[in-house]
Amino acid sequence: MVQAPPVYDAYLQRFQELAKTLPLPLWLQEMREEAIGRFLDLGFPVARRGNEPWKYTDLRPLAAIPFCQPPPPYPKIQAKGLRQILPWSPRWDVVTMVGGEYKASLSHIRGAQAQVWTLTQSLQEAPSLVEEHLARLAIYHNDAFAALNTALFQDALVVVFQGSREARELHVAFISPPGEGPYGHYPRLLVVVEKGARASLIESYVGLGSGPYLTAAVTEVFLEEGASLEHYRLVMEPEAYHIGQLRVWQDQGSSFHSVYFGRGSRIGRNDVRVELDGPKAEAYLYGLYVTQGQEHLDNYINIDHIKPHGTSRLLYRGILDGASHAIFGGTVYVQPGAIKTDAEQEDKNLLLSREAEVDSKPALEIYADDVRCGHGAAAGAVADEALFYLRSRGLNRELATRLLVKGFATTVLDQIGPARLRSFLEMVTFASLPSLRSLG
Amino acid sequence: MTQDVILEIRGLRAGVGDVEILKGIDLTIRLGETHAIMGPNGSGKSTLVNVLAGKPEYEAWAGQVTYKGRDLLQMPPDERAREGLFLAFQYPVELPGVRIREFLRAALDSIREHHGLDKLSVREFNRLLQEKAKEMGIDQDFLRRNVNEGFSGGEKKRHEIFQLLLLDPTLALLDETDSGLDVDALKIVADGINRFRGPQKAILLVTHYQRILNYVAPDYVHILIDGRIVASGGKELALEVEAKGYEWLRQTVGG
Amino acid sequence: MASRRKVISRETGIEEKEYRWGFVIPIEEETVPKGLNEEIVRLISQKKGEPGWMTEWRLRAYRYWRSLGYVEPKWAKIYHPPIDYQDIIYYAAPPKESDRPKSLEEIDPELRRAFDKLGIPLEEQKRLAGVAVDAVLDSASVATTFQKKLEDLGIIFCPISEAIQKYPELVRRYLGSVVPYTDNFFAALNSAVFSDGTFVYVPPGVRCPMDLMTYFRINQAEVGQFERTLIVADRGSYVSYLEGCTAPIRKRHQLHAAVVELIALEDAEIKYSTLQNWYPGDREGRGGIYNFVTKRGICLGRNSKISWTQVETGSAITWKYPSVILKGDNSVGEFYSVALVNHRQQADTGTKMVHIGKHTRSTIIAKGISAGYGQNTYRGLVKIMPSADYARNFTRCDSLLIGNRCGAHTTPYLEVRNPTARIEHEATTSKISEEQLFYLISRGIREEDAQYMIVNGFCRGVFQELPFEFAMEVSQLLRVSLEGTVG
Repeated sequence: MVQAPPVYDAYLQRFQELAKTLPLPLWLQEMREEAIGRFLDLGFPVARRGNEPWKYTDLRPLAAIPFCQPPPPYPKIQAKGLRQILPWSPRWDVVTMVGGEYKASLSHIRGAQAQVWTLTQSLQEAPSLVEEHLARLAIYHNDAFAALNTALFQDALVVVFQGSREARELHVAFISPPGEGPYGHYPRLLVVVEKGARASLIESYVGLGSGPYLTAAVTEVFLEEGASLEHYRLVMEPEAYHIGQLRVWQDQGSSFHSVYFGRGSRIGRNDVRVELDGPKAEAYLYGLYVTQGQEHLDNYINIDHIKPHGTSRLLYRGILDGASHAIFGGTVYVQPGAIKTDAEQEDKNLLLSREAEVDSKPALEIYADDVRCGHGAAAGAVADEALFYLRSRGLNRELATRLLVKGFATTVLDQIGPARLRSFLEMVTFASLPSLRSLG
Repeated sequence: MTQDVILEIRGLRAGVGDVEILKGIDLTIRLGETHAIMGPNGSGKSTLVNVLAGKPEYEAWAGQVTYKGRDLLQMPPDERAREGLFLAFQYPVELPGVRIREFLRAALDSIREHHGLDKLSVREFNRLLQEKAKEMGIDQDFLRRNVNEGFSGGEKKRHEIFQLLLLDPTLALLDETDSGLDVDALKIVADGINRFRGPQKAILLVTHYQRILNYVAPDYVHILIDGRIVASGGKELALEVEAKGYEWLRQTVGG
Repeated sequence: MASRRKVISRETGIEEKEYRWGFVIPIEEETVPKGLNEEIVRLISQKKGEPGWMTEWRLRAYRYWRSLGYVEPKWAKIYHPPIDYQDIIYYAAPPKESDRPKSLEEIDPELRRAFDKLGIPLEEQKRLAGVAVDAVLDSASVATTFQKKLEDLGIIFCPISEAIQKYPELVRRYLGSVVPYTDNFFAALNSAVFSDGTFVYVPPGVRCPMDLMTYFRINQAEVGQFERTLIVADRGSYVSYLEGCTAPIRKRHQLHAAVVELIALEDAEIKYSTLQNWYPGDREGRGGIYNFVTKRGICLGRNSKISWTQVETGSAITWKYPSVILKGDNSVGEFYSVALVNHRQQADTGTKMVHIGKHTRSTIIAKGISAGYGQNTYRGLVKIMPSADYARNFTRCDSLLIGNRCGAHTTPYLEVRNPTARIEHEATTSKISEEQLFYLISRGIREEDAQYMIVNGFCRGVFQELPFEFAMEVSQLLRVSLEGTVG
């Protein structure tokens, strides 16, 4: 139908290289072949008309660059260095992936409640689990980025949480190494929280390169009956084209509590889909995005209430500085029969500069009558009234602004359990806002 | 009483947008004094204290205000505060996510720094906070809340006076601090104000009703009608207004 | 007097109880052949005796429309079988333009009776209190009341076909200035074939002493209605304009694609109220009007104001977004809407508020009610341009669901490019509360009445924006539209 432009040939080439070198079972080989085929058919969603999911994000700059080289090796990386750029606690289990490769020297797992495998390990230890779950949520048939990731990931992490005791935090860090030339980085994570298990997971995506490079990440999370996951996702890749996908499936009575923290990228996309596919499932999605300079960040959050008695909360906050552009597009779906759904959605944005632009589209699509759904959105500068109140107590304008910005972010930061993570993100928030950085 | 003039207002005319609200105010306040300004709704009471505090939408059109010998109207609002001018708001704004403790810490540090004092240590700050909280009957849980967020009317007023005691300014402007309080709450707030009073302090208290003056005895009472002070006197003037109503004065002075 | 205004409760003796305006007016009408081409466009223009510039403008619009290749806008949440644009009659009118009655006394008695039956008496002495009416049947205006009285004040209130003849300067200056024919598919189609509609001009400083009303009636089968309304409020003037619409019951869908343009100059105010009661189709979704309408106003001058109020209960499909471009500093835009869908009706409606001037303000209050298998979508855009310092918007959208087969959807777009702006959007979706229902029923109120009371209360904030003339009718219309939703 659509003729793939020549730039896509390079992706096909990369696929063929990988197919030769990676020893994969037949089903996975076939899946990847299908995925690259779908990608070549679909192409990147660059259309500027009739392309509602990408209404505010023009992907043509991304599509113009062939991100086909493999990520460069980065042997110098050390744990000490990582602690400068990542949240860290001696309590946490850590797995580090650099440029899509597992780094044993930067990983340590002590908890017994989490099985953490590379793709090869998982295919030996739990081949049927992988086959049953991989790419079941990140459907690549109609999604170019899911297709690209499925076709091109070099390795994948498979995590299985068991046991109902409060597990220690597992921190999975995906590092995009520094390097010349446009490379493609395809982090892939599969998480299964087994029936009744409780777990805590931090995913971070950190870019060390000056770019441009592409990170197209896919995380799939399965929450079995009564399972509970505390989830954090940090994206700090200002020089990247970062397209991150999170796909979550929830069974009966499961609970997903998630906090997203995102800095802008050259083009950034935080694409989340949560399916509440069992009765009485709960999803709490919080997000804080902080953009500056020419950064662009597009949040695209969909919550799908499929079964009755579900609860969801979607609460995002954006702080925009410089000439950055942030987008919030969120839709709550309530399917026929999903009665007693209780869903709320809120997006608020603070603009710190005249050049910043925010577009917010919080939508509800409701096909069941016995529901309570609501949403709110707001945008504006720091309120004059609030600023005056603080100044009347002796705070100068800058300090007063800073306090109000912090208060604004607090709604989301308060949802973060691990204290070290919270203080790290508070620091990054202010470091990412030039208008406030000077204020110490 | 000392003779040190802390605030001198001369021919002040002020308004919001195109509307003139204050039509020429003259007032002198000395250290140690408590002045009450009474007046009906819309007479310009709140405008007066908001102009003095430097609220952006209130504009002084003419006249002079001298505070501690300096031209007050030229000072930004935060500098006025650091120089010891404090406004207890009639309707304090809610600051979502801004913790009381953090807010007070920032305010106190700003003021101390301005006066060349060291910042208080965490321990010292906590001690001071506890002490003042106790004086106002404020408990620990309250201090963990966000500034004014979800406060009842009484809690907001009590929180304002708590700040007055903690920040310890020179001149307190109290804007209808008594409105919406029941008798018990009024007593607590009035006690706080009286605790603040002293020979090196001054108070300008704006109110619609005489009631609070039973607890905070003023040295002078001024009646403000239609943007002008139409009568001044001792506290007996307040009782007379209470008995006869503002209408009586309006007619007497032909305003 | 009051009883005559009760359009809704009038007995018409028509079988279909749920739509009481569904009769056909037995009047001879002249039609052009089905289908659309340049010849038809010229023919319509010729029948109207239009000047050359108007014919040319129509042809340009037609060519642009053709270039779109019958591809309608796709983004709305509506579904319908393909429309065969060559199977529509684009012009139908009582015999000849020159036969239009010279005075109200000469109106065909059949027509007069019909409009009487619709609650729109055409005799001035029987008038709706303080309302001047322009009655449009299919493609032509058949009567306009109070023209003389308005003329004395310098107010022009006449069919747009007459305005093209009598006030070409005004029409040329403003027609297409707010909604150019390139705006969208349906606007292009309308610009090519529009047949009649209303033109209003209020001179500087004049406050129009009565509400002006146009009553649109589709009568012929297989006819499309394409009316065009243009309202210009000059500096410091005020006008309140009402619009009502009905159509007979027909088994096939009929297309209605109107364009309305409002222009408010400095200090002027236009209040535009719509009561849209086109035939909605039957319970199974057969027949009914496809109502694809482009309405937009521009606050050109400082301190100007445009206010849209709409009650949308009719049509099989409603696709309309009455919008305001807030260009003048301090200008104000308002949108108040009730949209009700029942049976198989679909509505995708909302507004656009585009803030360009400083200190511009807009308010959006939208109430959606979904019953039966109805699908109701609020779609709205609030756009703050970089120049719009201190712009303000407040939006509130509430949806009420009655029954578990309908849908309620809310899709707001907020685009903010100025940090001094303050934008707030709130929305809720819920069903009628059992508690509220029970409370009323326990006081002896019938369930149907209780439900009506709750829905009426839900819409109150919008109804109170309606002129008195409409408000009474609307409440009753709501009751009728809700019939059959209990149980």
